[in-house]
Amino acid sequence: MSIDKIWVLAEVADGKPITASLELISHATTLAATVEAVAFGDATASVAATLGEYGATKVHDIGDLAGALPGVPVASAIAAAVGSGSGPDAILFPATYDGRDIAGRLSVKLDRPVLTNVVGLVAGDGGLTTQHAIFGGTQVASARFTGDGPGIFVIRAKSFPAEPKGAAAAEVVAAPAPDAGPTNAARVIARHVEERTGPKLDEADVVVSGGRGLGEKDQYSMIEELAGLLHGAPGASRAIVDAGWVPYAYQVGQTGKTVKPTVYLACGISGATQHMVGMKNSKNIVAINKDQDAPIFSVADLGIVGDVHKVVPKLIEAIKARG
Amino acid sequence: MSMNVVVCVKQIPDPAAPPALDPGTNNLARTGKLILDDSDAYGVEMALQLVDAAGGGEVTLVSMAPNGETSGLRTALAMGAAKAILVSDEALAGTDALGTAKVLAAAIRRAEPNLVLAATESSDGYTGTTPVQVAELLGFPSVTFAKKVEISGDSVSVERQTEAGYDEVSSPLPAVVTVTAGVVEPRYPSFKGIMAAKSKPVETLTVADLGLDAGQVGATGARQEITGVADAEARGAGEIVVDEGDGAQRIIAFLEQLKVL
Ligand SMILES: Cc1cc2nc3c(=O)[nH]c(=O)nc-3n(C[C@H](O)[C@H](O)[C@H](O)COP(=O)(O)OP(=O)(O)OC[C@H]3O[C@@H](n4cnc5c(N)ncnc54)[C@H](O)[C@@H]3O)c2cc1C
Ligand SMILES: Cc1cc2nc3c(=O)[nH]c(=O)nc-3n(C[C@H](O)[C@H](O)[C@H](O)COP(=O)(O)OP(=O)(O)OC[C@H]3O[C@@H](n4cnc5c(N)ncnc54)[C@H](O)[C@@H]3O)c2cc1C
Repeated sequence: MSIDKIWVLAEVADGKPITASLELISHATTLAATVEAVAFGDATASVAATLGEYGATKVHDIGDLAGALPGVPVASAIAAAVGSGSGPDAILFPATYDGRDIAGRLSVKLDRPVLTNVVGLVAGDGGLTTQHAIFGGTQVASARFTGDGPGIFVIRAKSFPAEPKGAAAAEVVAAPAPDAGPTNAARVIARHVEERTGPKLDEADVVVSGGRGLGEKDQYSMIEELAGLLHGAPGASRAIVDAGWVPYAYQVGQTGKTVKPTVYLACGISGATQHMVGMKNSKNIVAINKDQDAPIFSVADLGIVGDVHKVVPKLIEAIKARG
Repeated sequence: MSMNVVVCVKQIPDPAAPPALDPGTNNLARTGKLILDDSDAYGVEMALQLVDAAGGGEVTLVSMAPNGETSGLRTALAMGAAKAILVSDEALAGTDALGTAKVLAAAIRRAEPNLVLAATESSDGYTGTTPVQVAELLGFPSVTFAKKVEISGDSVSVERQTEAGYDEVSSPLPAVVTVTAGVVEPRYPSFKGIMAAKSKPVETLTVADLGLDAGQVGATGARQEITGVADAEARGAGEIVVDEGDGAQRIIAFLEQLKVL
């Protein structure tokens, strides 16, 4: 199947399209002649310029969801477009909370499978071929759809660069969701926003992550302090997320975020395959671990065999001393 | 009030053992004993607590697994679930997430639940799409990424993890809810529980028993194929030094060289 038209789910947060969506729009322009975005919420008109800049010529605006979770209404709107023949050949979703929900709902509505945890997407004779990092990123599996109908892809953040092309604003076209009945009955009653300062974990240029080697919850404050001094974001292994030391949003790895900063500093993290799959494509990796055989050293550009309780405080002092 | 909760539980190869693909089919090799996916222990515990709080009802497990495998189900029964439905059929080899959802939805329908729980994603396949596909097939609303779940009357209240924090979400029942690790602390099965689990009912069904067409499931139903597997580009190790009190300075020098400092 030739790929002429690709749709990308453009999620909007804090009044801007999320970077993961811009990465997908950017990459889609290398795969298909026509790239269009699908957006929901009340801010679509204000992000049309940015979506256009990255290569989307149109935004299908589903509009405000009036408190509904996006899964059902957004999937219904896309399915309606596909049903009417105006749909795309492929639909790309960022691997976010809502992206995965919409893709799952859409999959059943179209009776088409989903390729998930995609980290690469290339065009070939038979359509699009995906790449998936498996077994902790030690191997890469390639896959593709067989059968008819649009391909549904859920793609991990940082798989492609987001590059503005300087094109004109996308044209906004209304694409209201058809009534989906009782499946669309879940409602958001209230939103709670946790205070956070500094750059986002998956957008930061420097990530300082802590693991179980910190010993106890209170010690995590030195990770936050160091991250702050380096204008970076603090991250974590799953071990300390599960232990309740830090929120899930801090987790790096297979079941957390994928990060690709200029520098990733791993403090007291062993380097389990599920952690490494989320950080081993960082441009530079520094690891501090007291065990010289810790697997994290196999990917470190600079490894310090030492105690985090000694090395990290000294590092903080030294950076502060520089003023 | 009576709460009947279905928990989807996946039985998976021991994650501690190195995983491998079957070279013939490129499916995940599922030889040897399967165990209860850790991620599903949270759903089982949550269900037991919700039934307890409601003061009546029961927890039914639903699983799809090869070779009539029940060891993972026995673990969840030992925690306190009342009974299990297992779908096992050679026709299911190579099933993708959508096919899995069709099988699970058909099995869940038989239990007529008020609530269906699953994990946000499994430990081995981790597509994270199956539960929402199940919800759509059943015509139920769904709330994913729950870090807190409460039943009030005929609706479920969920604290749903978000990028920024969490949302309070309410949905009428029946509904599908996926739970994160940490929603509750799973209990360890007691000795009494383990003994009792041995005689709890496990209904084993085939694809035909569920009234599904074999063409919709298995490798033929999948309509996606793995075209190849290759080694990822290996990342070489750099300089590893033992801290002699100069570790911090080494890091500073490295950061300076990268112009991060
Ligand atoms: C399905 C599945 C998904 C998973 N997803 C993720 C994921 O997304 N992200 C993730 O991180 N993990 C994930 N895990 C968990 C992963 O397997 C590991 O258990 C986890 O990453 C370990 O965290 P850790 O390195 O902090 O702890 P540990 O493995 O316990 O390592 C602690 C390290 O600290 C070192 N140390 C101890 N004391 C000191 C000291 N004073 N100074 C310096 N070093 C010290 C030790 O030598 C050790 O290497 C997943 C697991 C499964 C099964
Ligand atoms: C490395 C790898 C990559 C894969 N990629 C894809 C892909 O891109 N697209 C695709 O369609 N399939 C894919 N598969 C196949 C897919 O994993 C299986 O079809 C699987 O049966 C269902 O998906 P899951 O484990 O990913 O479920 P998830 O959606 O991650 O599971 C979430 C929860 O649903 C419940 N659940 C899932 N399966 C069962 C079960 N058998 N019995 C009971 N409860 C269950 C559990 O509560 C589970 O925790 C992949 C498999 C592997 C090993």
